[in-house]
Amino acid sequence: MSYIIKGETGDWEIVVGLEVHCEVISKAKLFSGAATTFGAEANTQVSFVDAGFPGMLPVINHECVEQAVRTGFGLNATINKKSIFARKNYYYADLPNGYQISQSDHPIISDGYIDVDLENGETRRIGIERLHLEQDAGKLMHDQHPSKTFVDLNRAGVALMEIVSRPDIRSPEEAGAYLRKLRSIVRYIGSCDGNMDEGSMRCDANVSVHRPGEPFGTRAEIKNVNSIRFVMQAIEYEAMRQVELIESGGKVVQETRKFDSVKGETKSMRSKETAVDYRYFYDPDLIPLVLDDAMIERLRKEMPELPDAKKKRFIEDYGLPAYDAGQLVAEKEIANYFEAAAKGHDAKKVANYIMGDLFAVLNKQGKSITESPVKPENLGRMVDLINDGTISSRIAKDVFAFMVEEGKTPDEIVEEKGLKQVTDTSAIEKMVDEVLAANPDKVAEYKGGKEKLLGWFVGQTMRASQGKANPAMLNELVKKKLDA
Amino acid sequence: MTDLVELTIAEALDGLAKKEFSAVELTQAHLKEMEKARELNAYVLETPEIALERAKKSDERRAAGKAGKMEGIPVGMKDLYCTKGVRTTACSHILDGFVPPYESTVSQKLEDEGSVMLGKTNMDEFAMGTANLTSYYGAVRNPYKDKTNPDKFLIPGGSSGGSAAAVAAGLCMAATGSDTGGSIRTPASFCGIVGCKPTYGRCSRWGMVAFASSLDQAGTMTRTVRDTAIMLEAMAGFDPKDSTSANVAVPNYEKALTGDVKGLRIGIPREYNPDKGLNADVRHVWEQTAEKLKAAGAEIVDISLPSTQYALPTYYLIAPAEASSNLARYDGVKYGLRVDGNSLDEMYTNTRTEGFGKEVKRRIMIGTCILLEGYYETCYLKAQKVRRLLCHEFAEAYKKVDVILAPAAPETAFGKDDDSTSDPLKMQLYDVFTVPSSLAGLPAVCVPAGTSEVNGLPIGLQVIGNSFQEETILRVAGTIEAMSDMPIRPLRVGGK
Amino acid sequence: MSIDREMVKRLGILSRLRIPEENMDEMVGELTKILGWVDQLKDVNTDDVLPMNSVVEDMNLRERDDVVTDGDIRDEILANAPESMDGYFLVPKVVE
Repeated sequence: MSYIIKGETGDWEIVVGLEVHCEVISKAKLFSGAATTFGAEANTQVSFVDAGFPGMLPVINHECVEQAVRTGFGLNATINKKSIFARKNYYYADLPNGYQISQSDHPIISDGYIDVDLENGETRRIGIERLHLEQDAGKLMHDQHPSKTFVDLNRAGVALMEIVSRPDIRSPEEAGAYLRKLRSIVRYIGSCDGNMDEGSMRCDANVSVHRPGEPFGTRAEIKNVNSIRFVMQAIEYEAMRQVELIESGGKVVQETRKFDSVKGETKSMRSKETAVDYRYFYDPDLIPLVLDDAMIERLRKEMPELPDAKKKRFIEDYGLPAYDAGQLVAEKEIANYFEAAAKGHDAKKVANYIMGDLFAVLNKQGKSITESPVKPENLGRMVDLINDGTISSRIAKDVFAFMVEEGKTPDEIVEEKGLKQVTDTSAIEKMVDEVLAANPDKVAEYKGGKEKLLGWFVGQTMRASQGKANPAMLNELVKKKLDA
Repeated sequence: MTDLVELTIAEALDGLAKKEFSAVELTQAHLKEMEKARELNAYVLETPEIALERAKKSDERRAAGKAGKMEGIPVGMKDLYCTKGVRTTACSHILDGFVPPYESTVSQKLEDEGSVMLGKTNMDEFAMGTANLTSYYGAVRNPYKDKTNPDKFLIPGGSSGGSAAAVAAGLCMAATGSDTGGSIRTPASFCGIVGCKPTYGRCSRWGMVAFASSLDQAGTMTRTVRDTAIMLEAMAGFDPKDSTSANVAVPNYEKALTGDVKGLRIGIPREYNPDKGLNADVRHVWEQTAEKLKAAGAEIVDISLPSTQYALPTYYLIAPAEASSNLARYDGVKYGLRVDGNSLDEMYTNTRTEGFGKEVKRRIMIGTCILLEGYYETCYLKAQKVRRLLCHEFAEAYKKVDVILAPAAPETAFGKDDDSTSDPLKMQLYDVFTVPSSLAGLPAVCVPAGTSEVNGLPIGLQVIGNSFQEETILRVAGTIEAMSDMPIRPLRVGGK
Repeated sequence: MSIDREMVKRLGILSRLRIPEENMDEMVGELTKILGWVDQLKDVNTDDVLPMNSVVEDMNLRERDDVVTDGDIRDEILANAPESMDGYFLVPKVVE
């Protein structure tokens, strides 16, 4: 099912390619020994190398190289044994050297893909053209002074992985799914924390539109969008804008645009520099990076289980439906929680409680799964209690609520609150008798043919039991007594 | 006793060891000589307080039995080396007032080995020049005089012109230089001293203001080959802070100076002997020296380096391209000059337009141009390909010979106001013999070998070796030095 | 490709150098001359020759361990700055 824009003059398809900048998790910067921690005081995490002082030279951080290789495995990509660093030359206040050390025609990783799941159950494969290592820039603050911009170089030189997709994305939904999947992969690997709101993952989107069956249109690049939702909005808006522009006789120009998340629009960034040419050339301060086979093999062996493999395993080992498995593996922490809770218990039921009650509670409390008030082993145990008839699924709701509030084990809660299910036939019979005796008119109605009242009797009796009566037994006994 | 400023490093180390004089006295003598010879404009910054303090410490170290390889030796520091707490400008207006909070690896090593820095020496702006005429601090005067016109202001060569003049005039016992396309060897030849550019990767580039990173190499300027051996050993060595630094052990270079060249194969490249563009006196000294070496037992081998003529254009593409990027950091934000403007770009442009001199701007423009789409392939990549060919030709040659003997400069020192100095293309031709070995990253030492019969000015020859064969080139250079009648004592500009 | 005034202007913008109107022609001439001179390289046959970026290209690129060894030197970083305030470098206001 494809995403079609219905224009005034007919249908349009869209083509999207995404460039994602992921800040690499490492203690020190890509080419210097300064720290990378987020939120430090301005210019305290800056070495003379980062600040572009005369005579300073770059020396590469091995961990950043390993992170790129790991991520390359995660993207099912080719690990290039030889890659080369190049300078991208341009002037800006956040770029102290007047060039960014990046990689041009010899990136460390190339030709990969990731599979993304769509709402309709389809899976789409999105190609990855390349992943290369480069330096992040500093930060500018424009609102501190009426006539000055403040420059903080703490981020300058932090390692980035730029991950460039092929133009394989065909809808805003696919773009969102791609970004979520990519974020999930780098988080599983631990090569990037994927926090778009802190800027550790940033996205540029190349968008074009064309008539079905015709060649791709001219693309516009939307720069630096900082949430998945905004990326989807920006693509939707931009595609629409291009359609309207073409249909009203205009022409799409290749340009850089900015997304205004408040207005939900993209705007042209009229670049004063009409002459942009980055003049890439290999950095003469560095020589080619050559990876040795032993390191590549070691990293391959050390790779953690990634979302796709985990999903497959959850389906096969736990019998989960594909959709549920997909939900549970999206975040490593959720997957870990699920496995801790499901081990030795009814996995499908555990999955349902996680995706239903637990997610609702976490959402309400604004907590992540690692902060869950319900311990995974307690959730597993609760499911056991349901399955062995100790509590009913109705009572389980209460037990769950108590676990959230008090953090106790389900056994303790059931014991303390006396929530154990009543399965004693005579006790239930007694309660049924009482209800029937108290409602002779309703009994008469029932007997007169109003069979719908059966549910009412069951409800009344359940209420009388404070919810503890075994529902199946209760149903059976009510029916038996009424029909007697 | 000889005047202290006339000593070689080897002699001074000996005298210091024998307590004939102290490092403080040695330093004071040089500081006095510097004062007398300020007309040369060899130093752009004198640091007498620092020098005397270091000399005092040096005497203490020596007394404590902890003398380094250069203990107590007064040296000049090319203004290209960042020196902690001491203004460093690469003789550019754009680095006005820049005081590095760090010390370059090379100057640190020299200090660690006990040497005493006297000041920062003049140079072409960002090392871009052949005559030391592009310095923001003005031209340097060569202490030598043209005997046909003694009043003529002779240039010392560049870019390490201040260092060369200072060493030649006894304003220091040795000085650091840097060589990108001949910046040590040309001034050494013009000033009658020994200048050595070691193998690329031999000395750390960390803390050296960059001109062209793939070519820049630190080196030595001294009055004798032995002094070069001593100083190079102190400066060289692996530096983990420079990704292009070679992890190769530094040998004892002094030990290599056996004077024995018997059986050594010395190549004479025929392409270095063009019909035009080589001064007859230079050619004569070259031929004579080869004859003498042959007489001393060396084998003279005629060799060919066919792509030599393409080395200059290759160099003048690669070096400006790298420079255009290396010099982008001078933008008025972090250090040095700022000329304000109403916008960021205006400030950048104001600062750089005022801060850089004409030659530097010219090279930035050229370098920017040839990295542009449309030029990159045909100019920059083409030059890099020719560079590989040149390297290959040298490698082939070293299968047949041990060293190559060639002129260092096509002429002797010329006048500041000679016509050629206003034509950049003509000025570039002075690098014709030095640039090929720079492109190949090979070690080369320029040693005084004779004088011009016409003007009496010194003529240096270079001995070019294979990678990391500094020992061999120094051995040959030492032999040439011993066979020539060139003075090793300084020219006392201010009188004795 | 020939060098004209437009090209010189573009190079000036790219390298943040102002070429005064009166020097334009001189700069056009110099660049034309030097590009003409280096044009002789086209006579060299470089088929099958790879570009050489560094004479030490065959060394192994040395890699640092991921350890914080630098930074925390704000005063030194800012000591030479023409303009700074509150621990920041200052530049003329950038309008985004």
